Amino acid sequence: MSGGVDSAVAAARAVDAGHDVVGVHLALSRAGGTLRTGSRGCCTIEDALDARRAADLLGIPFYVWDFSERFRDDVIDDFVSEYRAGRTPNPCMRCNEKIKFAALLERALELGFDAVCTGHYATLVDGPHGRELHRASDEAKDQSYVLGVLTEDQLAHTYFPLGTTPSKAVVRAEAAERGLTVAQKPDSHDICFIPDGDTRGWLAERVGAEQGEVVDRDGAVVGRHEGAHAFTVGQRRGLQLGVPAADGKPRFVLEVRPVSNTVVVGPKEALATAEIAGERHSWAGRAPDGGAFDCHVQIRAHADPVPARATVDDGTVTVIPEAPFDGVAPGQTAVLYDGTRVIGQFTIARTVSAVPQNA
Amino acid sequence: MVYLDHAASTPLRPEARDAWLAAAELTGNASSVHGAGQALRRVLEDARERVAAVLGCDPIEVVFTSGGTESVNLGIKGSWWAREQGRQAIVLPDGEHHATLDTVEWLASAQGADVRSVRLRLDGAVDLDAFVEALPGAALATALVANNEVGSVSDVAGLASASADAGVPLHLDAVGAIAHVPLDFSGLRGAGKDAGGLVALSVAGHKVGAPVGTGALVVSRYARMSAVLHGGGQQRGLRSGTPDVPGAAALAVALDLTATEREAESRRLRALADRLGAGIRAVVPQATLLGSADQRLPGHVHVLFPDALGETLLFLLDHAGVQVSTGSACQAGIAEPSHVVLALGYGDREARSVLRITLGRSTTETDVDAFLEALPDAHRRAAASSARAGSRS
Repeated sequence: MSGGVDSAVAAARAVDAGHDVVGVHLALSRAGGTLRTGSRGCCTIEDALDARRAADLLGIPFYVWDFSERFRDDVIDDFVSEYRAGRTPNPCMRCNEKIKFAALLERALELGFDAVCTGHYATLVDGPHGRELHRASDEAKDQSYVLGVLTEDQLAHTYFPLGTTPSKAVVRAEAAERGLTVAQKPDSHDICFIPDGDTRGWLAERVGAEQGEVVDRDGAVVGRHEGAHAFTVGQRRGLQLGVPAADGKPRFVLEVRPVSNTVVVGPKEALATAEIAGERHSWAGRAPDGGAFDCHVQIRAHADPVPARATVDDGTVTVIPEAPFDGVAPGQTAVLYDGTRVIGQFTIARTVSAVPQNA
Repeated sequence: MVYLDHAASTPLRPEARDAWLAAAELTGNASSVHGAGQALRRVLEDARERVAAVLGCDPIEVVFTSGGTESVNLGIKGSWWAREQGRQAIVLPDGEHHATLDTVEWLASAQGADVRSVRLRLDGAVDLDAFVEALPGAALATALVANNEVGSVSDVAGLASASADAGVPLHLDAVGAIAHVPLDFSGLRGAGKDAGGLVALSVAGHKVGAPVGTGALVVSRYARMSAVLHGGGQQRGLRSGTPDVPGAAALAVALDLTATEREAESRRLRALADRLGAGIRAVVPQATLLGSADQRLPGHVHVLFPDALGETLLFLLDHAGVQVSTGSACQAGIAEPSHVVLALGYGDREARSVLRITLGRSTTETDVDAFLEALPDAHRRAAASSARAGSRS
């Protein structure tokens, strides 16, 4: 229970369903602030108190469990080292993979519980091949993407009471009706461990901001930057280029090379990505039967899924979309869907441009 | 429900409740000149005399407060602000309660105080020799009568006489001890009339069966003491604010009853605690009882479970209806490693692997046995969970 409206209503529904529910608030930072600020959704004492008050209203026991060390090791440090390596990680996904449905779930099972129940918007379906993870009914709020890292075992001990809810507005209305004080609490959308939302400034302190060159695809220097970590593939804003492009068109970040501290820029067309691949993968249930299959692939939390052909070969997942992607950064997660069902995911390690360099 | 956390707070005594309710029915302000005020004032001063009689001081030396934290703040800050010119050091034993630690840390960071730390003995009592060494020229010294986590009782007579000899004002925190340890303020202070030696002693109501929000600081008539709260000048100007007469009345009744019952109750609790300690060792042979074997609070059992996190044990026992503590401070519900256990020379892991089980007036043999019945399963699960958590690092 983060202290937000979703987990409060999820807990309420779990209680109504007759489960023996215990509220747990994850302490993910030992140096959490006292009061909530802006759109941060967790980790302050005020958020923990909101969660506690929701548990009080539901009449369930409430505890704060300290996962701050594991969160630091598995999520925050990972986030920094991924950026340091020039990749673009999704820390919420890492948190689901390593904390909420791993550390927390393990501990819960050891202590005698059957499942972890959260306020995520996704649906679990018990199909012919076991438990399946599907998109939520409310597509706008669907969070199956960030849950794409869950495996068969994890899904077997997971419970998402909000998955079938038609919209977040319904959840808020239900919270209000139940008398939950968090009914109108704003959604959180920033990275929870970056209190002021200034991801660049936060990264600069940890990755170190060193000036470097901005080059075009031919290697010609077209400007300088104040630290490669501040750039991500597809980015247009924030590029201060001294040399204009020959065609006068805007340029985008095509690649970040951390070792040489170089940012590569080029025209929008050059972002087009014909193929993505990676080794670090998991299946949300049974592994796909064949070596190659049709699917939809989604490469960001708020991206549209696109039709694609996926191949699994010797631990490597390769995906070729019907139409090229518009900018893909290594480190992003590609989640594969069969209709509404999550097939699995992999971390994108390599991309192939749709536009040959000399075209 | 089995409640074994009496050191955190002990149940309200019916007599204290009755005294509180009776005083709360009275209309007025004890500082008012008229008859209504006088009626309240009478109840207040009755309470003050009664508290003074229990603590062995003069009634004028009793300053009612809102509880332990306020008493400790007044005792320490008040002594600091009234200190002798040129004295900058505060003598601070390791393993003090946070009310003391954080007050002294604030005086150090914001007011320029120097902190002289004093080690604990391995049994958790203040090391008297180290304390004596730290005293010369200090502005003030402070110490727990009994450590609130491990329950060891320090040699307060030794601390008080050493402070008197060194001419250093001493504050004693008796919040957790007063239920079990008889203290005679005048006797500890000695015959001297100078500003050194025992000058202040903190007690809190909810550790003896009065409501939370009641407490007192004994302030010696010879003490140099500044106020923390300024206002109407009530209570010798040391604690302004309309006196809480019902609270004072309840505190007096509870302290009085505690003193009357103390000897027999201590014997009873010690027998129960021995039974509990032996039972724990029978279930978990590798468990270690921390703290002094003989100089200890009688209802206090502090156990190190080398293979299980205290936080996890607490959770599982709570789920089984048995309520105990890890003893250490909580920040937003997160158990910190015990600074007391660290001060005894243990590592971070051990400092997270302790439980404090404290018995009190309402505790019976049935409660002790209920704990012992719940322990094996809780310990087995906690050890399994902790083993996994530990194997990662």
